[in-house]
Amino acid sequence: MSSTPTGYYGLTSMPPHTDVTASRGANWVVVVGASSGIGRAIANEWAASGNDIILAGRDLDDLNRSAADLRIRFGRQIEVTAFDALAFDTHEAFWRNCRELAPEGIAGVILLHGFLPVQLDAQTDLALMRQTVDTNLTSAISLLSLVSNDFERRGSGFICVFSSVAGDRGRQSNYVYGSAKAGLTAFLSGLRSRLFKSGVSVTTVKPGFVDTGMTWGLPGLFLVAQPRDVAYDVFQAVSKGRAHVYTPWFWQYIMLIIKSIPESVFKRMKL
Amino acid sequence: MPRSRLMELSGWGNVPRQAAQVFRPEKVAEARAVVASPPAGTLLARGLGRSYGDAALNENGNILLDTRLSRFLAFDPAAGVLECEAGVSLEDILHTFVPRGFFPPVTPGTKFVTIGGAIAADVHGKNHHRDGSIAEFIDGLDLLTATGEVLPCSREQNSDIFFATLGGMGLTGVILQARIRLRKIESAYIAVDYQQAPNLDAALAAFASGDEQYQYSVAWIDCLSRGASLGRSVLIRGNHATAGELPPGLANGPLNATLRHKRSVHFNLPNFALSPLTVRLFNNRFYARHKDGRKYVDYDEFFYPLDSLLHWNRIYGKRGFFQYQAVFPATKDGGCLRKLLQRLSTSGRASFLAVLKTMGKSSGGLLSFPMPGHTLALDIPNGGPTTVALLRELDAIVMDHGGRVYLAKDACMTAESFQRMYPNVGQFDEIKNRLDPQGVFSSSQARRLGIGEGVMA
Repeated sequence: MSSTPTGYYGLTSMPPHTDVTASRGANWVVVVGASSGIGRAIANEWAASGNDIILAGRDLDDLNRSAADLRIRFGRQIEVTAFDALAFDTHEAFWRNCRELAPEGIAGVILLHGFLPVQLDAQTDLALMRQTVDTNLTSAISLLSLVSNDFERRGSGFICVFSSVAGDRGRQSNYVYGSAKAGLTAFLSGLRSRLFKSGVSVTTVKPGFVDTGMTWGLPGLFLVAQPRDVAYDVFQAVSKGRAHVYTPWFWQYIMLIIKSIPESVFKRMKL
Repeated sequence: MPRSRLMELSGWGNVPRQAAQVFRPEKVAEARAVVASPPAGTLLARGLGRSYGDAALNENGNILLDTRLSRFLAFDPAAGVLECEAGVSLEDILHTFVPRGFFPPVTPGTKFVTIGGAIAADVHGKNHHRDGSIAEFIDGLDLLTATGEVLPCSREQNSDIFFATLGGMGLTGVILQARIRLRKIESAYIAVDYQQAPNLDAALAAFASGDEQYQYSVAWIDCLSRGASLGRSVLIRGNHATAGELPPGLANGPLNATLRHKRSVHFNLPNFALSPLTVRLFNNRFYARHKDGRKYVDYDEFFYPLDSLLHWNRIYGKRGFFQYQAVFPATKDGGCLRKLLQRLSTSGRASFLAVLKTMGKSSGGLLSFPMPGHTLALDIPNGGPTTVALLRELDAIVMDHGGRVYLAKDACMTAESFQRMYPNVGQFDEIKNRLDPQGVFSSSQARRLGIGEGVMA
């Protein structure tokens, strides 16, 4: 047995919820950062709903495993392609490649890639600061500019991007990351109003704590959500064309409280 | 190095409870990173934690939870061969493949087990008398060993390691993925025949005369009945129903059964919930309700009656319970079985569910449990040292009759008993020490029973 899966992925029958007729028209969804715990759940959710998927990320061996899994489960077409967020000059080729992989057309793009540094290191290490801002913000601007120009011209499509509650208010515990996510949220807000008249939706996702490898073993977590529940929330929000989604929903109220604390008090707090 | 989390873990019996640093890799590369630079202490892979005692515990050591390594990797519908990561659960396989006409070749009494765990315990099911244990259907597996190497193992390749890993309780390394042959089915239903047996002789006679007609065969046995009714049972035997024999009117077709809604026990019940009185009432009702006859039931109801009650182990309360399962050669008079049942019925220890079945041939796994004979499985609430003493008495009866106790259920056997029950342990230890000379992989149970220490002693 080799470590990369090989074999025949054919099916005798489709699972009951798979709508084969949905494959007509733009049916492909590009999931960037697909090998993260949430990325897998997101790809699963969209494939289960009858979409073909392009899984993009750095760990191709891992993505190939996920691709095999999705093909077997849902009988959809699944493609894998490399994406390096920090190699900005490759983004155009990446997007062109995605369009070639999806001859029926790309229905939407979901961005999940991100980078969470240790705050104390990010305060002193310029390279780490740049990596944080470039991965979380600059790369999204770079890629989404290509995507949105295409979708705008076509007059359809959805863009769904994982920002963070950390971007709602800068806290001393992670404000370098938070500032990049705040920039991302602002960028998406502008992009949303630009694309509104073209019929392209832009959904900003702000997840709370999710039970993935990124949070496993971290102290001080509470109300940790399962990736599949988050993926379900995101799918619902995108389907309804919503602008923002906090997931789980109660984070909206947690952040409302945090945002409403006067700065004179907030600066003395240890959040 | 991925982060770990300090957790208190237990087996399904809720006793013992022990702390360990738990890693939960989401990628194969992360699992390899943990094994490549292991933190202080030993390491053990764990799946869904359905073994009962301390088989999946590693007190003050490290646990590698494989539940997020849960992807299907390849499926060949012509041969029915599924290749998947070790953290895939039987539930996932059933959910995905029953509607396509495939069924796990062997299933234990719960579907909440991982393939990795099923291989490590070489699990058996109601079809053991005919098909053997799950090992018979594993075409190959990838084992991540202590040196960080990934060894492909099968009957042809590294076969000694393959047979040490089947039933090897995770002590040879981390099973990363496996190829398993699924069974083709025409329907999601089982044609079940119920047959009452008023005592042990009647039950054994029924087993001996009718078992070859059934792929699945098991008897529920009342451990509290005594005297002339000792061993009063209901035989529950069945075959996969063909599409043609099913009663008309199944809404979704033969392969899409509507499974029951699951309920959950949300907290530990008080100790009096399971007393000899309540169990006696339950047993009388169960016996009376199962008159002789045929029924068509969906696979969930037939194989996994307890899974419909999530966290059913909490019925036994905070004290937890022991599950005892032994296999011993069959004799005409049922000598060993009779002695075990007599000892249990006089002890008055309530056993909510006791199950008797016939076993067929062994798989060749060096530490595998199954062997030809009869197997008896039962639950015993944890009543402290007197319960342990009772279990040791049962061990002695089993050993006298050339039998053995199932490692996936065991929580308190002695090392001496283990060495007598598992004669291949010397061969296992030799392979284990060759693969893992530093003793990276270990478990609380392995240390209690001295597994892997044979060569050095």
